[in-house]
Amino acid sequence: MAEMKEAPAGAPIGVKLMTWLDNRFPTMFVEYRKHMSEYYAPKNFNVWYFFGSLAMLVLVIQIVTGIFLTMHYKPDAANAFASVEYIMRDVPGGWIIRYMHSTGASAFFIVVYLHMYRGLIYGSYRKPRELVWIFGCAIFLCLMAEAFFGYLLPWGQMSYWGAQVIVNLFAAVPFIGPDLALLIRGDYVVGDATLNRFFAFHVIAVPLVLIGLVVAHILALHDVGSNNPDGVEIKAKKDARGIPLDGVPFHPYYTAHDTLGVSVFLIIFCAVMFFAPELGGYFLEYNNFIPADPLKTPPHIAPVWYFTPYYTILRATTDPMVNALCVIVALAALFNLVRGKASMAARVGLLIAAVVLIALMKYFDAKFWGVVLMGGAVMILFFLPWLDHSPVKSIRYRPGWHKLVFALFVVAFLILGYQGTQPAAPSGSLLERVSQLCTLIYFAFFLLMPWWSRLGTFRPVPDRVTFAGH
Amino acid sequence: MKRLLISLLAVCALAAWGSEGGPPLDHFPKERVTDVAALQNGAKLFVNYCLNCHAASAMRYNRLTDPAVGLTEEQIKGNLLFAAEKVGETMTVALHAKQGKEWFGAAPPDLSLVARSRSGGDGSGADYLYTYLRAFYRDDTKVTGWNNLVFPSVAMPHVMWELQGQQRAVFVERPDPHDPKSTAHAFDHFEPITAGTLSKTEYDAAVADLVAYLQWMAEPAQNQRVRIGVWVLLFLGLFTVVAWRMNAAFWKDVK
Repeated sequence: MAEMKEAPAGAPIGVKLMTWLDNRFPTMFVEYRKHMSEYYAPKNFNVWYFFGSLAMLVLVIQIVTGIFLTMHYKPDAANAFASVEYIMRDVPGGWIIRYMHSTGASAFFIVVYLHMYRGLIYGSYRKPRELVWIFGCAIFLCLMAEAFFGYLLPWGQMSYWGAQVIVNLFAAVPFIGPDLALLIRGDYVVGDATLNRFFAFHVIAVPLVLIGLVVAHILALHDVGSNNPDGVEIKAKKDARGIPLDGVPFHPYYTAHDTLGVSVFLIIFCAVMFFAPELGGYFLEYNNFIPADPLKTPPHIAPVWYFTPYYTILRATTDPMVNALCVIVALAALFNLVRGKASMAARVGLLIAAVVLIALMKYFDAKFWGVVLMGGAVMILFFLPWLDHSPVKSIRYRPGWHKLVFALFVVAFLILGYQGTQPAAPSGSLLERVSQLCTLIYFAFFLLMPWWSRLGTFRPVPDRVTFAGH
Repeated sequence: MKRLLISLLAVCALAAWGSEGGPPLDHFPKERVTDVAALQNGAKLFVNYCLNCHAASAMRYNRLTDPAVGLTEEQIKGNLLFAAEKVGETMTVALHAKQGKEWFGAAPPDLSLVARSRSGGDGSGADYLYTYLRAFYRDDTKVTGWNNLVFPSVAMPHVMWELQGQQRAVFVERPDPHDPKSTAHAFDHFEPITAGTLSKTEYDAAVADLVAYLQWMAEPAQNQRVRIGVWVLLFLGLFTVVAWRMNAAFWKDVK
């Protein structure tokens, strides 16, 4: 047993209490220093670096409000809709809790999208932070699952038909699809069994995984240290005590900084929550104020805004789009055969693989490939650390035209998102072509990254971070 | 970048052009939702005219004691309830959904949330209801003898016709804006047939009161929500100043 520490005689009660705790639970003090008072974060964080702590805040909001909502919510097809209205009307303060939760769902995606974009522009996924990024992508996947399961629970028309549409996507998987969809639903149509299992996933299964992943995300981050807007490794320059010259202790510097960020965020959050909780039908869809009716299909089924970019990718994958993809695959394989640097065997092998892929693309329904592209659009994020071959991490030192490439990607993503909120574009219309073009831009951004990210003249990266004192 | 923005705008413009529907909605006078007298009159109209076929199953009678409406339990019992009903019950109707379907061709929907669910791109749910309840006209081709400009071939007859009187819709042939060669059958104006017990202004005001009630009933906490929100934002504004100065105090030594 380790030696017991002694508080000096006549020490204040607080010191005595801390000594008492330190003798019995030293982990608390060790971890506090490791993650707070002696975790050195780069001092040059800018506004983009608020969104990590904000995502954490929203997670807490969702968990706490979620716990209170389950106290009156009934996961039962006959009672679910009425129980939500009961919370809105008869439970004291219930409407505040419910609006916090519904606004929080959208806020979660806003801060997470911005948090991911920050990682993208500053190369925060580059070595040695690949796992931090991968845990983050897994969190994003969990978040999508969480949102999807949760959206069924109010049991409105959009809940019901949105779930119907998304579960039916799984039915497009070859061979096992229909059985898979049946397994997810637990019934032949979305019904009481579906609601109950989605409730179980939403309130316990996915949150458990989510919290585990958040812990892994933060532990992995604190092992390798935070990136910063310059993409400079602050651990490369340390003082005599081994403290990074450009680092500041997370507490109190970034706790104070994040308090300011939280405060500004809450102003926006509360403005929405108290003055426009529906946010024009984007945060709470108007159709969802009608109870689910399995006999009445709404004329226009759209997922909530945070899924719409992926939904548009799904809808854009029509037969002509699959044909275009076949041509692109064929051209890429031929180009590789003629100009590729790999061995002849590897190049021929790739060509054969391309031919097989094209045969499969024509064999299976376009709808299936739509599901593949939609899933692929999310899964591709996992590979980002190995797609980016740029010699610098941060966008600050990339060639000017790289910024345009990023801008093009953002614009394509926003157009995809906007189009997903609108009724499906008529087949063959200009609007449909725009969504197909944006889909191609989305994938080209990632798949061509190994080539474009190393082209151009890069500016020299400084040894130390750029920082102007307050 | 500029070109990107232009193409983005073009997409939005095309999308806007693609969505168009019925006649433009009139604007519901929003201030009535915070007007106690309007809400009381609206509640009375709702109970007298709507609550025979339509339920409001999320709405309890005694919620009308909310300061927004300001009725007492005695007033509710005396004026709005039948003998068998209790003041803590929700607004249900004896009409069964199946009977409604047999009698009208469609079960009358529950109206608890109608002001929220009817919102859309053309206007708020209140705008829709305010226009809808004033847009019934005589149409002998329909089973009920009534039609509606906002909700064509609606199953509901004009319940408040004695108040508004009867009117006829006058349609004209106009050149089709999308196809210059053909014409479109377009609504021009209403023409009174018989007068109602209320003048046009009085009827519009009565409907506005009723819609104010429907709007309030869809979210009884809405006025309170805005009131609390103002204080919350004032607090957060103040807190932001404190957080800003605290942050600056910590960071002033970081060079």
